[in-house]
Amino acid sequence: MLDLHGYGPSILGGAWLTIQVALLSLLLAVVLGLAGALAKLSHNAWLRGIATFYTTVIRGVPDMVLMLLIFFGAQILANDLAGWINRNFGTRLYFDINAFVAGVATIGFIFGAYMAETFRGAYMSVPKGQLEAAVAYGMNGWQVFRRVLFPQMMRFALPGIGNNWAVLLKTTALVSVIGLADMVRLAKEASGAVHEPFKFFIPVAAIYLLITFVSELVIRYLTRKYSSGVVRGSQHG
Amino acid sequence: MDNWLDSLLSQNKIFTADTLFMYWDGFVATVQLSVISLLVGLLLAVVLAVLRSTRKPILSWPIYLFCYVFRGTPLLIQLYIIYYGITYVDGIQETFWWEWFKNPFYPALLAFTLNTCAYTTEILYGAISETDHRELEAARAYGMSWWTSMHRVVLPGAIRRSLPAYANEVVLLLQSTSIASVITIIDITGAAQNTYSRHYAPFEAFIFAACLYLVITFTILYGFRRLESRLLAYTRPRQ
Repeated sequence: MLDLHGYGPSILGGAWLTIQVALLSLLLAVVLGLAGALAKLSHNAWLRGIATFYTTVIRGVPDMVLMLLIFFGAQILANDLAGWINRNFGTRLYFDINAFVAGVATIGFIFGAYMAETFRGAYMSVPKGQLEAAVAYGMNGWQVFRRVLFPQMMRFALPGIGNNWAVLLKTTALVSVIGLADMVRLAKEASGAVHEPFKFFIPVAAIYLLITFVSELVIRYLTRKYSSGVVRGSQHG
Repeated sequence: MDNWLDSLLSQNKIFTADTLFMYWDGFVATVQLSVISLLVGLLLAVVLAVLRSTRKPILSWPIYLFCYVFRGTPLLIQLYIIYYGITYVDGIQETFWWEWFKNPFYPALLAFTLNTCAYTTEILYGAISETDHRELEAARAYGMSWWTSMHRVVLPGAIRRSLPAYANEVVLLLQSTSIASVITIIDITGAAQNTYSRHYAPFEAFIFAACLYLVITFTILYGFRRLESRLLAYTRPRQ
């Protein structure tokens, strides 16, 4: 059996943290992605401009630089804010930027840009007649989105979401750099302590592969679910 | 001109000549890491993709596994395994390799090369498998051997078709090199981290770095667009 010098449970805890960071970032990314796609498709030139700036800049700057910028930058802003409050109200506040929140915010923010492109493409693949028919039935905007647009959009968006998720999962390794005890950081500390890097990094790499493999199964299930009603092998629409 | 530059530099507490030189060195390190690993990775990837497309299990399985593992795990882990692991390879400290690998630059280069090689192999293999079967039949009808049809018919088409995906990979690798800073390499990100810790100015330090990366990214994308319009001209509709 694998002898991890007693570090096994702590690395499994790190794996759980990795999964939490990944899932919460995914949630944020989907929300930002939908908002970004809506902005890109809107008739308002300002909204389109902001969304295009967001998706272009995020994809041109390394994740690592954004992570450090947001983590250290938010700390300075928090200090300034606390200083301002303390001066004006005579309090002694101090805000500490939480590495978990900073990590999730950064990763969600980055992948929101990729999701926006995915959702924009998926929206444009839904035949417009579907939406017109829904409106003609007297559905309001939310009902059109929930009953007609979203279920059909998901079918076109799922391959892109699956790719983004696979990349997002690997990007979570960067939170170890801003001090979060995910499995990469724990493996680094453990291997530094007992001088056996392969023993810790290789199992951690295997856990990433396992999560990727399980995710592929989930995506395959969802693809089947959202493709129900589509005749395979023929192109309707 | 000189006076204008002097006064700009003297008014500025963070972006002194010292800082700018550090960013320049960082820029050189980033470009070196990216260019060398991309070139070596691409050469290896062409070989691996061709071998994998032979569909001989003894060749294609190990290559498939290599691609799966390197694409499925974080580059940071790959970097750590190579950087920390290489010290513990028995006897390496007595060989000439040690002269190279005790410097963090070469372990990082190795990690980036293997990583981009895995992604590029996947891209090229995909393009090779998508070759129109009629092209292959035509090549066979001309009596071309496997190797002749591979390098005259299949590869030229496959490489052209992979250009857009490869442009993406080049940009992603460039950005991935920013993690070299965690093993003490002073690339652009490393220079930004030093500037941040010296002046406690995260916005100036990291936004300047972000702008440098943006400039390189757009230059790469522009270059690939020119290349695509030349090499993929035959796929455009006739004027």
